[in-house]
Amino acid sequence: MLVGVAGVGVSHDDVEGYAAVLTHLQDPLVRALTAPAPMTLRGNRDNGHGRHPGFGASPVLAVPLRGDRQEDAEGVGLLLLKTGTSVTGDVNWLVTVLGQKLDQIRGRGSLTEELRKLRRERALFFTIINSVTDPIMLTDTEGRLIVANSRAEKLFAATEEESEGRRRAVELNNMLFSAALSRTVVEAPSEARELLLVDPSDGSDLLFEVLSTTVEDPREGTGIVSVLRNITDLRRATEQIEENYQKVRVAEAAVRAERDRLNLIIDSVADPIIVTDQSGATVLMNAPSEELFTVGPDAPSTAQRTVQSNDAHFSSFISGLLLGESGPGEIRRGEIGLMNPLSGETIPVEAIAGKVLTETGELTAVVTILHDRREALERTRLYEQLRSASDELQMRVQSATAELATQNELLRRQAIELEQASRLKSQFLANMSHEFRTPLNAILGYTHMLLQGVAGDLPGNIRRQLTRIDSNGRHLLTIINEILDITRIEAGKMPMQISEFSLNELVPEVMTELDPVISRSKLLVTSRLASESPLMVSDRQKVKQVLVNLLSNALKFTHQGRIEIGVDFDPSTRMASIIVKDTGIGIAPEHHDKIFEDFRQVDDSPSRQYGGTGLGLAICRRLASALGGRITLHSTLGEGSLFTLTIPSEAPQ
Amino acid sequence: MTTETHPLILVVDDYQDAREMYAEYLQYSGFRVAEARNGNEAVSQARSLKPDLILMDLSLPGMDGWEATRVLKADEETRHIPIVALTGHALAGASEGARKAGCDSFVTKPCLPDDLVVEVKRMLNTVKQG
Repeated sequence: MLVGVAGVGVSHDDVEGYAAVLTHLQDPLVRALTAPAPMTLRGNRDNGHGRHPGFGASPVLAVPLRGDRQEDAEGVGLLLLKTGTSVTGDVNWLVTVLGQKLDQIRGRGSLTEELRKLRRERALFFTIINSVTDPIMLTDTEGRLIVANSRAEKLFAATEEESEGRRRAVELNNMLFSAALSRTVVEAPSEARELLLVDPSDGSDLLFEVLSTTVEDPREGTGIVSVLRNITDLRRATEQIEENYQKVRVAEAAVRAERDRLNLIIDSVADPIIVTDQSGATVLMNAPSEELFTVGPDAPSTAQRTVQSNDAHFSSFISGLLLGESGPGEIRRGEIGLMNPLSGETIPVEAIAGKVLTETGELTAVVTILHDRREALERTRLYEQLRSASDELQMRVQSATAELATQNELLRRQAIELEQASRLKSQFLANMSHEFRTPLNAILGYTHMLLQGVAGDLPGNIRRQLTRIDSNGRHLLTIINEILDITRIEAGKMPMQISEFSLNELVPEVMTELDPVISRSKLLVTSRLASESPLMVSDRQKVKQVLVNLLSNALKFTHQGRIEIGVDFDPSTRMASIIVKDTGIGIAPEHHDKIFEDFRQVDDSPSRQYGGTGLGLAICRRLASALGGRITLHSTLGEGSLFTLTIPSEAPQ
Repeated sequence: MTTETHPLILVVDDYQDAREMYAEYLQYSGFRVAEARNGNEAVSQARSLKPDLILMDLSLPGMDGWEATRVLKADEETRHIPIVALTGHALAGASEGARKAGCDSFVTKPCLPDDLVVEVKRMLNTVKQG
C-alpha cells in the first residue's frame, strides 16, 4: 500500500488521495515506484478504486525513494514534485535521506540482525503456541491475561465488536478461571484441576483440565502459565466407557449365570449329554457322559479300551450328522452299544442328536443325548410278564367264574330241594298232627264220656284210672300242639299278622282268660300298666301267646306270695316291655340259658315235680325273636323270677 | 220228644269212632242225630232230612267238607242250616278256609264231646235269636 504521508501546499484530504494499491499496476503511481528514473505524470489517474484526484494541468515529477539500494530496486516511496521536470542536487539529497528514513522506519537496511532474529523468534513463538490445540496463556496472579494463544483468546478475549452473548461468556470464563487459579495457587500449585467453562461460540459446556505453573521473572514479576486441556470429549468418552463396562459386566454376569444354570440343568439330566463342535470335538459333557467317555489315567487298561471303543461308536454315529447335508432342526436317531468302563456292563443306548445352527445356517455344534434303553427294555420285559400274568389271572378268573356259576346252580338246586324238603316236612308234620289228633280225639272223647257218666256210674278205682288216661291224653295233645307251633314258626308258616293294639288292654284280657287258674292258685296277682299306654303295631296274637305262657309258668312255679305283671314303654327307643315277676321257686343261674332250650325244664328227671312239655319258653323265645325283640330273665333260686319281654312298638315287617 | 225240643244234628265224619262218639254223646245230651260218611252223603242227607245243624268234618274222602259246605250254602233249600266245621288240621288259615267255604262256626279237633255240645247249643241259640 502506498500511502500519502505529507505534502507541502496540498490539503490533508488531497494527500490521502495519493494513496495507491501496489498490486494495481495500471496506476501511474505504482508504475513510477518501480521505474528506474523519475517519471513525469500528468492528466487523470486510474488508481483502481474509482477515485481520480488527477495530477492537475501541470505535470508532476514522481521520484522513487530508494535510500541506499540499487537503482533497479523497488522504491519504498514516491516524492511528487510540481515544480518543473528536472531533478536538482537538493532533490537527489532529499530523495536519498527520505529513502533511508523510510527504510529505517520499515526495519530494513539499518535494523540489526539481532533484532530481526528476535522478531523472527517471536513470530515463531506465536506460530508454535498457536499451533497447540490446547489453550495456553500467561496471566498475572489475578488471572489477567498477558499472553495467550489463539485458542485461549477465543475463550478469554473479546473485542468491543463482538456479540453481547460472546462477551458475557468470555467474562464468565475469566471469572471462573480466576477463581480456579486462586484456589490452585493457594491449595495445590502443581496439581491438575478440572475447570468447567462456556464455549463463547455456541454456549455449550466445555470441561478442561488446568495445569498451572507459577513463573518467577525478575523484571515482569510473578506470572502464571496455564495449560488447559479440553477433556469434555474425554469425560464423555470415559463416562461412555464406564457405562459400557457396566453393561458388559452385567451381560457377563448374566451369561455366567446362564451358563451355570445350563451346566446345572445338563448335569441334573440323568441321561448322558454331549455337545460337540462342527469338527466332532467334544465341547461339553455332563457327569453321566463322563462316566462313559472319560476314565482316570490310573484306571485299568480294559477301562481305557472301553472308553476308546465308546468314543469310536459315538464318533461314527455323529459323523453321519456332521457330513450329511441337512436343514435346521434335523434330528438323527440311532442305537449305539456302549459299555460301562468300570463295570464292563453293556449299555444299549438310543442316541438322539440335533444340530445347533447360527442365524446364517452355519453349523456350530451338535447336541447328543444318550438315552439308556435298559430301563425301557426292562419295562417292556416287565410289561410282557405283567400281561402274561394278567392273561393267566383272567383265565383263572374265568374258570373260577364258571366254577362259581356251577356252584351257584348247584346251590340254587339245593335251595329248591331244601325248600321242597322243608315244605314236605311241614306238610308231613301237619299231616302227622292230623293223624295224631284223630285217634287222640276218640281217646279223649270216650274217656271224657265215661267220666261224664254216659255208661252209668263208675267204681272209684275205674274213675281214677280213667282220669289217668285223660290227663296223659291231654299231655300228649299239648306236646303235639307245641311241636306243631315250633314247626310252623321255623317253617315260616306262622306269618306276622300286624295290627294296632294297646298293651294296657292286652294285659287285663290275658288275666281274665286265666282267671280260673288264678282263682285256684290263691296268689295275689296284680298288674301295673304303663302311664302312657304304648300303641303297638305288631302281632297281637303272638304277644298274647308269650304273655299267656309267661303268666302260666309263673302260676305253675309259685306256691305262695304274689305275681306282678308290668307294662313299660321307653319313648326314646320306642321299645315296649312286659314283665312277669313272681315269688316262686326261682331258677339257679346255671339254668338260666337251659330253660329256653327245646324240651328242657330245670328238672328233667322222670320223677320231676312239674308237668309240661318243656317247649313253652322255647316257643316264647322264637316268638319274641319273630317280633323283633327278646326275653330276658332275672332270678334267684328260692326267691322268685322276673321274665321280661322287650319288643319294638313297631314290629319288623 | 218233639222236633222243637230235640233238634236234628247231622254228624258228617269219615272216621267212624269219632262220628259215632259224637252221635252217641249228642243223643245222650238230648239231640236227634243223623250220620254221613262223606260229602255226597252229607249233601243228600241234608237235602232230605233238613237237619237243624250240621257238624262237618272237613277232611273227607270224595267230596270233602269244604266242597259239601259250598254246595249246601249255594242251595236255597239248605242255605239256612248252620254248619259247624270240625278239623284236626290246626294250621293257620284252616279256619279262614272254612269260613270262606260258608261254615258258620269252627271247632278244632280234638274236641271233647262236652265242648262240642256247648258249641252246638250256642249255634242253635244264635239261629233262633237271628
